[in-house]
Amino acid sequence: MVEGDHNHSHGDHDHDHDHDEISLTGKPGYYDIMETAVRELLIERKLIRAEEIRGQIEVIDSRTPALGAKVVARAWVDPAFKVRLLENGRTACEELGISFYDDTQLIVLENTPDVHNLIVCTLCSCYPRPVLGLPPDWYKLKPYRARAVSEPRAVLAEFGTNIPDDVEVRVSDSTAIVRYLVLPMRPDGTGDYSEQQLADLVTRDAMIGVIPVRLEQ
Amino acid sequence: MRMPTLDDPSRNEDFSVVRALGEAPSFQPGERVRILTRHPIGHYRVPIYLRGKEGSIEAVIEPAAVDNEEEGFGRNAGSKRHYYRVAVPMTEIWPAYAGSARDGLRIEVFETWLERI
Repeated sequence: MVEGDHNHSHGDHDHDHDHDEISLTGKPGYYDIMETAVRELLIERKLIRAEEIRGQIEVIDSRTPALGAKVVARAWVDPAFKVRLLENGRTACEELGISFYDDTQLIVLENTPDVHNLIVCTLCSCYPRPVLGLPPDWYKLKPYRARAVSEPRAVLAEFGTNIPDDVEVRVSDSTAIVRYLVLPMRPDGTGDYSEQQLADLVTRDAMIGVIPVRLEQ
Repeated sequence: MRMPTLDDPSRNEDFSVVRALGEAPSFQPGERVRILTRHPIGHYRVPIYLRGKEGSIEAVIEPAAVDNEEEGFGRNAGSKRHYYRVAVPMTEIWPAYAGSARDGLRIEVFETWLERI
């Protein structure tokens, strides 16, 4: 985030306290230098333009878990949409105007009273960015990646999610061309909620599968 | 490789097209497969912990897609084959797995990494 004039508020809280200065500190690392060199070469040779890089950053910044929450809420209130979503996640999201700017497909995994789905990428950080934005840092850390596939129930318990023994835990390791999104169960007591109220309940972590959707956050 | 046969209902008598090798998926849902034990040098997309493990085809992932491992070196441009959603029991991967025997893993695997068992 770029800090400028500090007499502002960011919606949820007034802002009269100090922030650390936002600045680069220390020398760039090996990969920083390589990225800069490759980027400058590509631009110099007119293979890509600087505006395209800026444009792609804008694309990434426009994607947040609010999009996924909208998809989940729609699936909860529209059974026909849910069928299409489970059939082909990508085209169903595109129905809601959520474009997929890369070649990835999306498989939507429905949580039920019998099956709990959890998502991980053991090789790196494959994640449904078109519909959720950037992954949380813990999703990219090696302990999560290694343990999610070897002791998923223990990992879930650390998120406060205890899965009964008679419920099947199904871990999806996203490593190649497919991205996954968990369709959580709709909480009880939401019968009179509007679609927007439902969407407001759906968190990023519920769409990764580490927690259920709860009325109380 | 599943090939169209004379009694295949999908075969259209008026417009009979035989698919080339690699166009149609080699595996069908329900088939038992083993993930190959292979150690390529360079870019790969099949995690080591799954090599040699046995599972079953849950679904053919459509549409066909490029092989990331070839694409990583600029090869195989435009040449697409199928990925499969492969189901592997946790107890197959981790003999000492603590949890329900029904627990399982799902992963997408490119066709060249699978063998029928």
